[in-house]
Amino acid sequence: MSGEPLQSADMSCRIAGIRLPSPLVLASGIWGTSPGLLERAARSGAGAVTAKTCTPLPRRGHRNPTVVDWGHGLINAMGLPNPGVGEELELLKEASRRLRPLGVALIASISADTAQGFAESAALVARVGPDMIELNVSCPNLGAEHGEMFAASAAAAAEVTARVKAVTSLPCLVKLSPNVHDIAEIARAVVDAGADGITAINTMPGMLIDAESGAAVLANETGGISGPALKPIALRCVHDIASVVNVPIIGTGGVLSGVDAIEMLSAGATAVGVGSAVFYRGEQAFSLIRDELAAWLAGHGCRNLDQIRGRVDWRRQSAVATSLPPVPGWDRGTSG
Amino acid sequence: MDRGGSAHQPHRILERVQENPKTVSLVLEGSLACSPGQFAMLWLPGIDEKPFSIAGNDPLMFTVSRVGTFSAALQALCPGETLWVRGPFGRGFTLAPGNTLLVGGGYGAAPLAFLAAALRTACPRAKVEAALGARTSVDLLFVRQFDALGVAVQLATEDGTRGSAGLVTEIVASRLATEEFSRVRACGPEAMLEAVAELSRGAGVDAELSFEAYMRCGVGLCGACEHRGRLMCLDGPVLMMAHDGS
Repeated sequence: MSGEPLQSADMSCRIAGIRLPSPLVLASGIWGTSPGLLERAARSGAGAVTAKTCTPLPRRGHRNPTVVDWGHGLINAMGLPNPGVGEELELLKEASRRLRPLGVALIASISADTAQGFAESAALVARVGPDMIELNVSCPNLGAEHGEMFAASAAAAAEVTARVKAVTSLPCLVKLSPNVHDIAEIARAVVDAGADGITAINTMPGMLIDAESGAAVLANETGGISGPALKPIALRCVHDIASVVNVPIIGTGGVLSGVDAIEMLSAGATAVGVGSAVFYRGEQAFSLIRDELAAWLAGHGCRNLDQIRGRVDWRRQSAVATSLPPVPGWDRGTSG
Repeated sequence: MDRGGSAHQPHRILERVQENPKTVSLVLEGSLACSPGQFAMLWLPGIDEKPFSIAGNDPLMFTVSRVGTFSAALQALCPGETLWVRGPFGRGFTLAPGNTLLVGGGYGAAPLAFLAAALRTACPRAKVEAALGARTSVDLLFVRQFDALGVAVQLATEDGTRGSAGLVTEIVASRLATEEFSRVRACGPEAMLEAVAELSRGAGVDAELSFEAYMRCGVGLCGACEHRGRLMCLDGPVLMMAHDGS
């Protein structure tokens, strides 16, 4: 290495007024709600950590197999195993106590069968000190008895958001599903209903079949795809959402490296969710991605993340604004 | 074409060995790139998938004790049938030179027999001894395998039907008192492991302890196997304990 030492960039970002020392956010479902493990993520470079989704009553989740690495990504159908919101409160309280001195934000995550259930859980969870609440309206693994996921409908997702916002002043993020016709329309609806931010995206429904036995691999038969296979889908969704709303987006899906994070920020994300990377790169995933991100920013002379955010759209706008030299034959049409 | 990933691989069952009335070893075709102490997820489509420690790799072997419906289904498999394996996962035992005392409780003896064979190859000059304990004589496993490897074995049963009457930790205490050992490797019930940890610490000997845990994803993601801030599927199932207690 030679030349001037590279200036290190400011890696912090803000979501709903809350400062994250790093844009990396532990995605919900990774490492449960164990205070010790959430602290571990925080100490290894996460700027915020999201707890496992809790439901009003305890859930055992699905039988195994629940997670499989199929070569181009992971697929999981855990089925939201969690101790129920009552016990979750104790875990969140302890997690909050451990994270506060580190300046790392705690995001609680809730789900319920009804909008009222979401509101009741939100009111309980808000008392124990999380910095934000994520509304998981998009779990793909809950089965027919739960009906259609709220994230499939703009009206249903907006109703959940409004009911929660009516009972808490904490910032609310709504986690959306890629498995919809128009994710931007749903994002707009939840923001109109008061959402302070969007987490995009949840996993994409899929299925694995074992050729030898002819059986579905997951005990739940279908599951949610994450990891590398999800990244292009997530980039598209984040870009579509960023085009229509003006709230922060936690871009989540297949971010394994600093360059992946740059791509997600370029699509319009304010922060970047990290989940499956923990499988691909081990528990050091956060520090590795953070350092790669810092090196990329320094290497490109960037002082902060604002210089990257939404870059894909600036490029498009500047391409329109610049008067390009006329292309010969363009106005006459082309043949061949 | 290798599609990568660590999804389940089918393995044909070559042999089914009844180790004792409630324990069966399944010998499989093929092998895994694994070390002793690591585990794999065994899957029977439509039934369940659970973690089992690897009991041997030449040939590949799993030892299954009957505790519930899934282990009963595994025990019912016959040669020629298929068992699906996902893994290996987790941290196994380190193969380090130095005189080593292996301590097994019940079916905890299975990965230790695999470890003894690996140590014989990796560190042929190290003295390896085993102390095995169980409730009664029929619960003692793999004694012949240790014998065949030339590993001296001392036995303890709680009812005194074979070996000394009492707990295996009494043997451990007396063997460590000889100061002939620099390493302890143990697998068994948690109470036994805690006692072994205490004895090793007292003797100033490094110990590696293999804990039983219920893994769901097996790959460090879901957090189901968390124990005191550690992921047993990734940080374990073998945890190192330095002789200074760290």
